[in-house]
Amino acid sequence: MTSKLRIDSRYLPIVVTLGLFILMFLVGSLRYTGFFSAQVFYNLLIDNAFLIVVAVGMTFVIVSGGIDLSVGSVIALTTMISASLVQEHHVPPLVVIPLVLLVGTVFGWIMGSIIHYFELQPFIVTLAGMFLARGLCYVISIETITIDNPFYQHISQMKIPLPGGFISISVVIALVVVAIAIYLAHYTRFGRAAYAIGGNEQSAVLMGLPVAKTKILVYMLSGFCSALAGVIVTFYMLSGYGLHALGLELDTIAAVVIGGTLLTGGVGFVAGTLVGVCIQGIIQTMIMFEGTLSSWWTKIAIGVLLFLFIVLQRVLTAGKKLNKLGA
Amino acid sequence: MKNRLVWALLMLVVLIVINVIKTPTFLQIELKDGHLFGSLIDILNRAAPLILISIGMTLVIATKGIDLSVGSVVAIAGAVACLFVSQHESGDSTVSTMFTAIGLALILSLVAGVWNGLLVSAIGIQPIVATLILMVAGRGLAQLITGGQIITVSMKPYSFIGAGYLAGLPFSIFIAAGIFIIALLLTRKTALGMFIESVGSNPEASRLSGIYAKSVIWIVYIFCGLCAGIAGLILSSNVSSADGNNAGLWYELDAILAVVIGGTSLNGGRFYLLGTVIGALIIQTLTTTIYSIGVPPEITLVVKAFVVLIVCLVQSDNFRKKISYLAKNRSKARQAAKKEVSA
Repeated sequence: MTSKLRIDSRYLPIVVTLGLFILMFLVGSLRYTGFFSAQVFYNLLIDNAFLIVVAVGMTFVIVSGGIDLSVGSVIALTTMISASLVQEHHVPPLVVIPLVLLVGTVFGWIMGSIIHYFELQPFIVTLAGMFLARGLCYVISIETITIDNPFYQHISQMKIPLPGGFISISVVIALVVVAIAIYLAHYTRFGRAAYAIGGNEQSAVLMGLPVAKTKILVYMLSGFCSALAGVIVTFYMLSGYGLHALGLELDTIAAVVIGGTLLTGGVGFVAGTLVGVCIQGIIQTMIMFEGTLSSWWTKIAIGVLLFLFIVLQRVLTAGKKLNKLGA
Repeated sequence: MKNRLVWALLMLVVLIVINVIKTPTFLQIELKDGHLFGSLIDILNRAAPLILISIGMTLVIATKGIDLSVGSVVAIAGAVACLFVSQHESGDSTVSTMFTAIGLALILSLVAGVWNGLLVSAIGIQPIVATLILMVAGRGLAQLITGGQIITVSMKPYSFIGAGYLAGLPFSIFIAAGIFIIALLLTRKTALGMFIESVGSNPEASRLSGIYAKSVIWIVYIFCGLCAGIAGLILSSNVSSADGNNAGLWYELDAILAVVIGGTSLNGGRFYLLGTVIGALIIQTLTTTIYSIGVPPEITLVVKAFVVLIVCLVQSDNFRKKISYLAKNRSKARQAAKKEVSA
């Protein structure tokens, strides 16, 4: 009788995440003057647009049962290639941007193929990818390359007015990516195949799903998203640097997990990932408003949240198993 | 096992030969003021922390686990020891201060290992995720301890751990060797090693056959935490400072690489401690070589990437199958072509 009122346990993590976000926003608004404004919320999106894009790609990888540790390095490589081409070789930005997106996608394609065809663990292959991309940055240059190209500067300063404030063009890109990803995940064959592979790869094979194609596509998508995030970072920082986005892979994984995606694969939500990123952003905003706390508290807070959510997932999946056994 | 050791040793020898060709004095060891000096000693000295961490990592990987938090534990251990030393530097009993600092650091790294073990064995979280938590939060904790600054210490007894000499050799080598021998004795002279391998190949089966699988997993994470803590002490003592932001950064990756090069499979169930030590030496020699050849050190990462990939590919059965399949096809095609020609 009460079953209608109950939330499906699959949706519980995302509900908890959303509730937590609202709670934190409320606490922030009550505690700090000037916190409760549309612009604070918009800033969350502006500062984390690139993280949203990477995390969306990572969601697909994790849903399919894999992991991609190379994302941060691919971002750095993208900023580096962009800056070097635009600044030192005077290639027009409209050629550079598609090119770096292609580079990211090909990078993902190579890693995906190695993972699938040689049955190596995604963890170790993407780790090698991470070394490689970061190393290639330094091959291009060990210094920061500043971009003063008018196109990049124009885009970076563009403000789109909204009620109560403004957003940047990066936010628009990020939200479009989220929308497309939601469509891909829940309304296409590719999405269903990715979930099925994450649930049980062997059954997916037996069902006749295109496992090879889907697995490789997932890493290509992640590579593309990382490169796109790299483009956004280039707009944001107006520079290419080999140390950009250092350690970002962990923030990304944390965002995906906090957003309710199971690290064992098969269950996850792109929309949840968006909220996961916003939670990380709001922790940073609160620490900024608090003023007396330092940036490392962000890491500790994210670690604690990560812990709580993983334990929550663990309890939920254990509960499901018990239910099945009981029935 | 011998086969794998041979490959690793060969790699090490090739690296050393490259070095000797580039710098003929590479193998020379001099005796100055009772201390031995030379590139080889230098490599051993610098490899000591990596060897320690890799030994811990080997046992964790043998249980089909992974410990991503070692770099953060390195930072935490160094930070807490240096903080304590710097606060009590002006005191009289320097030696007891040093031992308290070491004790504090080791207790914290023990706690880190207990925490990882708790998540992996008692709660049953995937190792990569469970240790990710401490990797993220641990770096934050290390920064919290150092206040985001670099803490410098200038205490003689403390700097002995990482920069001192014993019998002409750097003291850190003795620490690494000691831990290696302890690990070797524990795993090869007692049943512990067999338990670890059995848990790594099938935890459920080993539990059913009467092994306390959970305790075994717990033990390896604690041991790994301790190894990382000792490495943190050596590293911080060597540079007489603790840096919460950068100490131990990337160490988890180098350690995993050392273990894999040493022939231990990431799928668990088997481990080679000696291979790991050689693996760690290869990585350190590689880094030194890259410096000495005059290639920009930035390229180290690219080289490491290819080393990881090649080693993993060689370990992959599928890869070997495909290569031999390709080779067969080619020889078949050649034979067919020969037949056509002769016909």
